Amino acid sequence: MPLFYVLIFPGFLFLLAFALFAEYFDRKVVARLQNRQGPPWYQPLADTIKLLSKEDIITHDADKPMVNTVPLFGLAAVAASFLYVPMWTKDWHFSFQGDLIVVLYLLTIPAFVLVLLGWYSPNPFGSIGTGRVVTQLFGYEVPFALALLAPAIAAQSWRITDLLAYQDDHYWFALITPIAFLVAIAGLVGKLERVPFDIPHAETEIVEGPMTEYTGRKYALLKLMFSTETVVGAVLIAAIFLGGPHLPWVTKAVAGTAVAPLVGFLAVVLKALFIVFLLSVIKAALTRLRIDQMVRWCLTWLTFPILIQILYIVIVGSM
Amino acid sequence: MAKITFPIGPQHPALKEPESFKITAEGECVVDVDIRLGYVHRSIEAACLARNYVQGQYVCERICGICSHIHSNTFARAVEDLLQLEVPARAKYLRVLVAELERIHSHLLWLGVAAHEVGFDTLFMYVWRDREVVQDLLEMITGNRVHYGFTTIGGTKFDLTPQMADKCTEGLMVLRERTEYYKQVATTESSFLKRVEGVGVLTEQQARELGAVGPTARASNVPYDARWVFPYDAYPELDYQPITSDLGDVLGRTIVRVLETFQAIDICEEVLRRLPEGDIQVRAKPRVPEGETVARCEAPRGEVFYYIRSNGTDKPARVKVRTPSLANWPATIAMLEGAYVADAPIIIASIDPCMSCTDR
Repeated sequence: MPLFYVLIFPGFLFLLAFALFAEYFDRKVVARLQNRQGPPWYQPLADTIKLLSKEDIITHDADKPMVNTVPLFGLAAVAASFLYVPMWTKDWHFSFQGDLIVVLYLLTIPAFVLVLLGWYSPNPFGSIGTGRVVTQLFGYEVPFALALLAPAIAAQSWRITDLLAYQDDHYWFALITPIAFLVAIAGLVGKLERVPFDIPHAETEIVEGPMTEYTGRKYALLKLMFSTETVVGAVLIAAIFLGGPHLPWVTKAVAGTAVAPLVGFLAVVLKALFIVFLLSVIKAALTRLRIDQMVRWCLTWLTFPILIQILYIVIVGSM
Repeated sequence: MAKITFPIGPQHPALKEPESFKITAEGECVVDVDIRLGYVHRSIEAACLARNYVQGQYVCERICGICSHIHSNTFARAVEDLLQLEVPARAKYLRVLVAELERIHSHLLWLGVAAHEVGFDTLFMYVWRDREVVQDLLEMITGNRVHYGFTTIGGTKFDLTPQMADKCTEGLMVLRERTEYYKQVATTESSFLKRVEGVGVLTEQQARELGAVGPTARASNVPYDARWVFPYDAYPELDYQPITSDLGDVLGRTIVRVLETFQAIDICEEVLRRLPEGDIQVRAKPRVPEGETVARCEAPRGEVFYYIRSNGTDKPARVKVRTPSLANWPATIAMLEGAYVADAPIIIASIDPCMSCTDR
């Protein structure tokens, strides 16, 4: 049974399906906002299959063992983190005290994967992209972590299921700590390197940044890494700020019945897609920033407000 | 900090045509730029020498896929000058009409490309959607979307029917309304402004010294526009002023191009109102008397300059074309030095470079 959980549902296979669907959803929403038709539903799957079947080229000067393992490592890290985000109930079977920290930690690994990719590929765009990944990391990582810790401080637990229970009893954290919610969304945009923070692989400037030299299977894995990270990030934010499987009135009405997990599951999926929708709107509405503007913006508009938010929580909590 | 040299082009997502820029950067700052031209050289000037004037005009129209009318028009005007041919007034107005419609399409195309260069793909998609309006007008008038084949030596090939004129008026109204919206987006959207304000500054002095032309020069407050400095076709009768901006940065170039789009719409509407009756063509002899001449036109990117020498046969002895993109490269290097690496693509794009024009 644990093997089924890990590999099929809600583990790897479901994660892939959900990630590809979220990618389709994102592309379709952006396309419609841009007055385009957008891709058919199977396009992300077709892209992945096509990439997997293409010739796998490794540049002559590249470090072969690193280049071969690093994309797998990144996808594995994201897939592992997915096990700890509750998909349909607040009594999640993989839950343990401190799982929030573990998920945050595992979600940071893709950034380091990109750094290693750029570092070990002999390409000037890779080098510049690597520099930008690291610089950008300083911009979004701290506010993102702090934004997710703000509810944890309020609920006085590092465990995601405890945060869910707290939201069941009170309000969703998006209402209690709205600043943290907005900062978390902005941080997720930075983490996923989407417009306006797609600086490390800005197409018109440095081609694909650290990923420039990667083709075929490895590129497919990297694309999947980003799609799965989108889903994990969206489900995580849905769990921490939007109550996860909790729906007002409905959850209470169906509690204990056989449909309760189904309702919770649908709630999580819809909330995650709502987060993806927000990301799509941001992508369609904005221009890419420059790296210096990005870091300055993050310090002013993310780090500073989130510190105030935490200060507020601490003061209110101690009263 | 270690210097790093990286190529933008000949193959690069920021460039739609092959041209090479070797950029040397210290961290995120550009310290040196090396431009290599000639990747799309097609020997058009030499090809003209092996062909007669009518064929030569056909070849020259293919110098550029965006401002094709301007090239055939300038070529025709040079040959008409050698033949001492007076073009009918209606043809002059029609030439201006197509030239200005072409300017609208070129400037809208540029606005989309510029938005794409800074990652604002939504504006790109919207602008290009509405650019189809003017493309349709051009197709209706000339039968083609790209190489119009509209001008001929001695006049124009096609006439404008009253029905076409009505459709043009309708299309221009749509374009005016849409351009108004894009003007608002391009001058108020804060994340877009962050990427274009103060970027790629070219001072007025630099613009004059480096011989910048077209919107690049006008955005640096140099009021140089061949349409009114050396009026040709029907422009002497159309009273407009060159649009300038004193900003000198990419934003200035954006504003100048957007305002020129409005101006082009105005000119088109005035042309449609004042279009004189009469013939659209006079007969031109195939043999051109000996002599040499120059002709210049204001293309959407700046001044196009043609030199033609004739030896009395039906084939030219020399054709020399100087395109606006070629004239703007020195200014581009000046803009790039000291800029951020991230700004290099938008700075290169801000002169609206046409590599095919540059290389010919």
